[in-house]
Amino acid sequence: MSDTNGTHWDEPPDEPAEDEPRGPYRVIGTPPPARTLLGEAEHASAEPVVRELPAGPDDEKKAKGAERIVATLFLVSLAASIVFIAAYVVLPVHSLDNVFRSNLALGLSMAVAFGAVAIGATIWVKVIMPHVELVEKRKPLASDREARAAFTQTFNEGAEASGFTKRPLLRRTLIAASVGLAVAPIVLLRDMGPLPGTSLRHTVWRKGMRLIVYGPNTPIRPADFAIPGQMITVVPDGYQDNQDALAKATTIIIKFGPGQLVPDTPQNYGTKMNWTVDNIVAYSKICTHVGCPVALYEETTHHILCPCHQSTFDATRGAAVTFGPAARPLPQLPLGVDAQGFLIATHDYYEPVGPSFWERG
Amino acid sequence: MTFTEKALDSTGRFLDDRLHGAVSVRGFLRKIFPDHWSFLLGEIALYSFIILLLTGTVLTFFFQPSMTEVVYHGSYLPLRGVRMSEAYASTLNISFDVRGGLLMRQIHHWAALLFMAAIMVHMLRVFFTGAYRKPREFNWLIGIVLFTLGMLEGLFGYSLPDDLLSGTGLRITEGVIQSIPVIGTYFAYFLFGGPFPGHDIIPRLYVIHVLLIPGLLLALISAHLFFMFHQKHTQMPGKGRTNANVVGAPMYPYFMAKTGAFFLFIFAVLALLSTFAQINPIWLFGPYNPSGITAGSQPDFYMGALEGALRIMWPWEWNIAGHTLAFNVFIPALVPLGIIFTGAALWPFIERWALGDYSEHHVLDRPRNAPTRTAIGMAAITFYGVLWLEGANDVIAAQLQIPLYTLTWIARFAVILGPIIAYWVTKRICLGLQRKDAHLLAHGVESGIVRQLPSGAFVEMTRPVPGRDRAVLEYNRVNAPELPRATPEDADAVPAPETRSMLGRVRGSLNRVITEGMPLTPDGHGNGHGNGHGDGHGAPAAVTGGEPALEQDGGDGAGGEGHPPGH
Repeated sequence: MSDTNGTHWDEPPDEPAEDEPRGPYRVIGTPPPARTLLGEAEHASAEPVVRELPAGPDDEKKAKGAERIVATLFLVSLAASIVFIAAYVVLPVHSLDNVFRSNLALGLSMAVAFGAVAIGATIWVKVIMPHVELVEKRKPLASDREARAAFTQTFNEGAEASGFTKRPLLRRTLIAASVGLAVAPIVLLRDMGPLPGTSLRHTVWRKGMRLIVYGPNTPIRPADFAIPGQMITVVPDGYQDNQDALAKATTIIIKFGPGQLVPDTPQNYGTKMNWTVDNIVAYSKICTHVGCPVALYEETTHHILCPCHQSTFDATRGAAVTFGPAARPLPQLPLGVDAQGFLIATHDYYEPVGPSFWERG
Repeated sequence: MTFTEKALDSTGRFLDDRLHGAVSVRGFLRKIFPDHWSFLLGEIALYSFIILLLTGTVLTFFFQPSMTEVVYHGSYLPLRGVRMSEAYASTLNISFDVRGGLLMRQIHHWAALLFMAAIMVHMLRVFFTGAYRKPREFNWLIGIVLFTLGMLEGLFGYSLPDDLLSGTGLRITEGVIQSIPVIGTYFAYFLFGGPFPGHDIIPRLYVIHVLLIPGLLLALISAHLFFMFHQKHTQMPGKGRTNANVVGAPMYPYFMAKTGAFFLFIFAVLALLSTFAQINPIWLFGPYNPSGITAGSQPDFYMGALEGALRIMWPWEWNIAGHTLAFNVFIPALVPLGIIFTGAALWPFIERWALGDYSEHHVLDRPRNAPTRTAIGMAAITFYGVLWLEGANDVIAAQLQIPLYTLTWIARFAVILGPIIAYWVTKRICLGLQRKDAHLLAHGVESGIVRQLPSGAFVEMTRPVPGRDRAVLEYNRVNAPELPRATPEDADAVPAPETRSMLGRVRGSLNRVITEGMPLTPDGHGNGHGNGHGDGHGAPAAVTGGEPALEQDGGDGAGGEGHPPGH
């Protein structure tokens, strides 16, 4: 084009511009007829220019009507944009009602502002622009033999000139160096977190630590929790606001009537009776599946249900799994009573709480 | 001088002098876009992504990705005085104290759902019409990566507000990571900066959500569009449409205006949804704490299948030599979607190997004309669908009054049996539709006119299928060469050596399954059953592999050079 020989737009390149005959629907992909943007206009040749697209609509009368509709829609959009700005300026937020009102005004005006232009433009295309169907030729994607051969030659020449193929010492040491470059930065990730160590095996529960009712934040006596069938969530005293501690230590206590709890035997899962106080049993609230809090308790069946994946545990039988994907019972927390008569833990959980992990064993 | 001439004279000249644009941009302006409603699906995904970038940018101006505990003093009265993370407090702030903030949040969330939904349907369209075939395998693979990244991006995005629901999602994510054998515990500790929940996860997810994954998505979407542009569009079969052309309206002004309108239309729909359909009202959930949960916790829909897989699994865990293998967690987390994604990624290569079809395909298949592919696709949809529904089993159980465990048991069977039934039924339906097409071609369209012959007999008049429809019906996908057969029709012939190996037999069987009922014979007497290759009608012309061979319309003699298939 013009840049190759320094000619100006006003002087079109002197190559023959167009001598091939063209039909009304020129096949796209053949050389373009015009060599310049404006040269053609200014140096109009005698032969008539063949159009690919018609200049006017299919139906001028329909187009006229559509034009009015489209223009109206564009104005509607403009009006909606103004409403949007006005709603932003005028309508306050800072309360639930105000926020919803503001959201309604802003959202609706925004939808109209976008939607009106969208509908208008679609009508424009469908009615005002003439209907055309052009055919573009597809060339095979694979390069021809010569191009491939030329590429092969270029590639090989480069490889030879660089000596990459001829000098194995350079090649191998470069590969060795790249391995180092790739591996070395990985150590930077090491400090993203501490090593797990045995931290997943323990919770903050200690001997003598009081059970604090989650929410009211008060310790609890067995006598305060006397109606069988209740379940409440308790947390270790002093850790009420420590999320990392609660993620493992959150516990549920359930009160049973006399004789309802099934004792643990070597043959069957059951409740460790000497870890209960007055038929109150404590289990970890962290599901042994993937760690959701097992928050649902059905009094009639004594089932504890995890709302995430429906692992179901039998609260009378040491929280043994009765349904769902969890593979292990909820660990039981050994309970006791302190000098003031409040429920306490007599030890940390004896096994890791929560989901399984590789080192759990 | 007209308006356009003036513009070209000044701006056009300025640009072309510097960028040589007259040639390349002209090609761009005249680029042909074939028209079909299903081609809009990819555009929906693209425009949702742009809207996600726009609204997401607004949200970053106000969001604080911090887990530092603060006491809330904002406008939402029920939570005043409650301790929460800065992330949650700033999300409340965006909702209640930033004008238009709630709208931006809701458009962002709705756009994310639309993005994933559009990708899914777009992928199905590409699969069922065979658009993934040569030369478009790269774009198919990029699409699978985009879908996977989209899932992660969405999960991380809805985890950021640190409300009770999103924290529960993170807890599950952590539990799943922890279950991975050998590295799980370390991975979880490094990701969360220590034990769950820690104080690092939100800032880390934030930078992944707003920088890392969007960057990858942007790069991959650009590559996706570039390939599409470079390879030109596929088109549905129709009159005058061949593998050697593209028929449609040009980019300028047609497609430009249509697609611009479509973008605005999507924006309008998302704005309407966000005005009237509340999404993720985090103020109702409260701040995250590891002891709390709400019943009916559901992830966003695109995570539903994973959730369902977790729910459906039976409690299978092994303890070996002091180590725990939590099959009940990592199998459902990795295997079902692993099967779907890996299968989808391998399918184009399996299919072309089994068919020995190494030619380019630019005209799309009608799903009925590739019954095995369509049946496999429906089986995959059923498999995914069962898992997806099971992900909401508690909600379904409550709505339909079905016992929860019964529902899970139904799903446990349905996830295996459903795909088998779907495969079989789909294949039958495809073959039936093919027969209907063949009948139409052979006997024409019923006109509803009955005539009496001089002999007294009644006949119904039919007229031939009009040209436009005929072109669609006649388009025959099978241009694949016939594979060497293990059992040649000629009993005395020696089987080709490559069919006797193990791999050769597998290939032979796959070929038989895939080609079952594929071709239509022009005279309408094609058999729905069995292999149409051997019936003498319309035996496909050989287009062979390796070399760039562009088939002609109807498969009548493309330039194969006689290489044996398998190159």
